[in-house]
Amino acid sequence: MDWYPLYNSLRIAAISTVVIFFAGIAAAYYIAKIPRLLKGVLDVILTLPLVLPPTVVGYLLLRLLGPKRVVGAWLYQIFGTKMVMTWWSAIFATVVVAFPLMYRTARGAFEAFDETLAYSGRTLGLSNSWIFWRIRLPVCRQGLTAGAVLAFARALGEYGATSMIASYTPRKTATISTTVYQLWRTNEDAKAMEWVLINIAISAVVLLCINMLEKQERQWVRQ
Amino acid sequence: MLEVRIVKQLPSFTLDVDFRADDEIMALLGSSGCGKSMTLKCIAGIVKPDRGRIVLNDRVLFDSEKNVNLPPQQRRVGYLFQQYALFPHFTVAQNIAAGYRGRDKAARSRAVQEKIQAMRLQGLENDRPNHLSGGQQQRVALARILINEPELLLLDEPFTALDSYLKWQLEMELADALKRFGHETLFVSHNRDEVYRLCDSVCVLDQGKSQDKQSTQALFHHPQTYAACLLSGCKNFSAIRRLDGGRTELANWGIVMEGGPPIPEDAASVGVRSRSIHISREKTGEQSFPCRIERRLDDISCTVLMLRPVNGRNGAVLRVEIDKDAEQARDWLPGQSVYAWIANDQMMFLQ
Repeated sequence: MDWYPLYNSLRIAAISTVVIFFAGIAAAYYIAKIPRLLKGVLDVILTLPLVLPPTVVGYLLLRLLGPKRVVGAWLYQIFGTKMVMTWWSAIFATVVVAFPLMYRTARGAFEAFDETLAYSGRTLGLSNSWIFWRIRLPVCRQGLTAGAVLAFARALGEYGATSMIASYTPRKTATISTTVYQLWRTNEDAKAMEWVLINIAISAVVLLCINMLEKQERQWVRQ
Repeated sequence: MLEVRIVKQLPSFTLDVDFRADDEIMALLGSSGCGKSMTLKCIAGIVKPDRGRIVLNDRVLFDSEKNVNLPPQQRRVGYLFQQYALFPHFTVAQNIAAGYRGRDKAARSRAVQEKIQAMRLQGLENDRPNHLSGGQQQRVALARILINEPELLLLDEPFTALDSYLKWQLEMELADALKRFGHETLFVSHNRDEVYRLCDSVCVLDQGKSQDKQSTQALFHHPQTYAACLLSGCKNFSAIRRLDGGRTELANWGIVMEGGPPIPEDAASVGVRSRSIHISREKTGEQSFPCRIERRLDDISCTVLMLRPVNGRNGAVLRVEIDKDAEQARDWLPGQSVYAWIANDQMMFLQ
């Protein structure tokens, strides 16, 4: 059996989760501080990919990154490579589609954070960055991890935008989801079923992780 | 020496605070939402006042005219939060160590050990805050502040998060810790008993406006303002009306004063404590006035009678407290007509 789709799906999901994790935390942290009107606008823009059909996201990405489009052509000049139809093109799609899950979960975690912890840290002479890395993030870690796990699961299952920007090339851009579709289309029912089962197994493990995190969080709640 | 003079516009009122504290435990006393905690936050640097000046010893912490606004990190102001604000993911020892300012690890762990001993936290070093009782949490928070060597201590309602049967012991412990601390301490509270027991002086905050600082004794025994008198536990108030011939009427109760000490020029109202009102069946003097007993409430240690003066105005009701074991306490019943009498020297004239 050719395991390439599993390997490709995992690396795409892993890389995009790392990107989303930090971008989501930064966005959640800074957007909480800006004026209300701008906050509302940015909030809508950053959450939009959650409710848009993935094909719409894929279309917009192609409009942006396609070799003949402004940004795509400019990047081609700089890096000498096309932004679409490679294995890592799918990362653009998964980052955009899964980002809102991390962003919203992180924002919820930060909003639940007891701000007097930061105040007391500051009066004790602790620097703002120390407070951020050693107090705010660890105290919010359950929420942040849950967001990352959700984003990873979403990135792993992404199909619509991925198939548009990376297409399906066996042993090049094939992911689990595009492989299932391709196998079904070519009537290889048994093989499609194998990948379906693999996908269900991975997703079940991810959900199990989230449940365990939530249980841990409940034990952690302060008296 | 701490000098505070700040103004800040808040959604529902203007905070306008002006006081000075010298090596003393000073209370900021006021009802809930009068700006006490906001004042502490301004002093600590968490909130920026609109204008004013804050000086601690010889350091200017905030001066709106000279554009000085030190960050909280540089103010050396210890802040004990109502819920203690312990870092929940740190152990007791780590929490205390977080307050240590130096970089030397050996010196730090020595200092942490010392504070653990001083605050009687031995054996709890590796516990997390949520395993501690309220009193232990407070001692950890205090240890974390004291290891930081602040020049000023701010205590924000330190006993509200505790069960009442624990308070007494903790209050004595806190009093000892404050004595050892030896610098200025600001104690925010709405509880007059705590303030009376723990503090040297009191500054009353009334809807964001600070009144003149007074010694605790003076505030509770000779309050000068209505707000101070109310906070000192007084329940009976009346407006004052000046009559022709230099006499004075306590308008709400329908009493015309006979003789007694001269009444201050700026007095606008009078306060009388529930224990200072005497009642009898018969008229006992010119100044005793007829009342009806409206209600009777039996407390644990005293009997409370609500009296309605017959000639009173504005629905005035007097609250009278009588010792439970006083002879006649049992005989006063609702509906009876009685006479009440207040000695002139028991009247507190208020601005």
